[in-house]
Amino acid sequence: MYDSGKIIPGLIIFVLFITIPIWYNHGDAGDAPKPELPKDAKNCVLPVEDIRANHMQLLNTWRDEVLRDGERGSFELDGKQYQKSLMLTCMECHTSKKKFCDTCHDYASVKPYCWDCHIAPVE
Amino acid sequence: MDKKRRDFLKVAGISTLAGLGGTAVVDRLVSGSSPAAANASGAAQEAHGVEPKAHAPATAPTGKRYGMIVDTRKFQHDPSLGEKVEQACITAHNVPQFPEKKDDIKWIWMTDYENCFTEKSLLYKDEATEDHQVPVLCNHCDNPPCVRACPTKATFKNKDGLVIMDFHRCIGCRFCMAACPYGMRSFNWRNPRPFIKEINKHFPTRMRGVVEKCNFCAERIGVGEMPACVEACGNTKAMVFGDLNDPHSEIRKLLKENYTIQRKPSLGTHPSVFYIV
Repeated sequence: MYDSGKIIPGLIIFVLFITIPIWYNHGDAGDAPKPELPKDAKNCVLPVEDIRANHMQLLNTWRDEVLRDGERGSFELDGKQYQKSLMLTCMECHTSKKKFCDTCHDYASVKPYCWDCHIAPVE
Repeated sequence: MDKKRRDFLKVAGISTLAGLGGTAVVDRLVSGSSPAAANASGAAQEAHGVEPKAHAPATAPTGKRYGMIVDTRKFQHDPSLGEKVEQACITAHNVPQFPEKKDDIKWIWMTDYENCFTEKSLLYKDEATEDHQVPVLCNHCDNPPCVRACPTKATFKNKDGLVIMDFHRCIGCRFCMAACPYGMRSFNWRNPRPFIKEINKHFPTRMRGVVEKCNFCAERIGVGEMPACVEACGNTKAMVFGDLNDPHSEIRKLLKENYTIQRKPSLGTHPSVFYIV
């Protein structure tokens, strides 16, 4: 190979350059988000693991039950009645969208469109 | 060669006959079994709650069908009532108030008699009709054209006969607006959020690119309350809401006692809003 002395280091520099994002951030996933949990409520509508993984499905189920099937009945949790509602149930305990919803959503770079229409608590 | 052509024609003719006869036999066989198939599909339809009525109103209706009677005389007696009703709806549903008329979002509003009842002859109007307006809102038709037009089933008829919208599903195609013969639907050309005067936390807002209309306060009826406009009328009975399928309901009593009209009945949409004029 002609000019291998130039080409091989050049290739190595090129590969290192285009993989900057990989080795520069290696082993550093950023600080895990720490959503602020409500102080006065102990239990969520589902166990922690479930609600963390499946809250979006739950919200969709609630939406379909309430709107499509007209099942607006409430459910009981720790002796209190709750409605199937994002604005009136979830945000009743999680009083801050910024400190709760947004922490994980920003971290995971997901942009749910809930708040295009639903009204977030005043902060 | 001649011989061959003859043979060919014979074979072709016989096979054509056999083909025609064969299809006839197959048709006969299929039609012999088709009534059962038809029954099965009919049963499936019923199981899914799809009423094939429209053409067969002879059977007693089951389930609820909410409707409303608007007493226009009461609105003439008390001209402030119209404003009250409009305002109650605006606050109940976060209806935006745009400065420009072309952006208007309206759920219930007062309009001239001739705009409401376009089919009525009005060569010489009486004074009361001339001077007063009537409230118009979604008719919650029993045979709603908007529901048929909606490609995403965002607009649908719920189990109580309310024609309501799932705003999550609306893609803003506005087919429903073209389909509604009453013009009761509005489109959010702009983001409505900044134009909502008073936010009501019990109902969501809408976003840009979504159609909206009166939902007969499905969210209030669902928890046993009256629609906001009916509540705004107080004890005047200017608007009475109830189940049209319940022969003992107040609305049916009023329908029995009064001569009422519907908007554009000739279109066959079967509106659930009745007017006493």
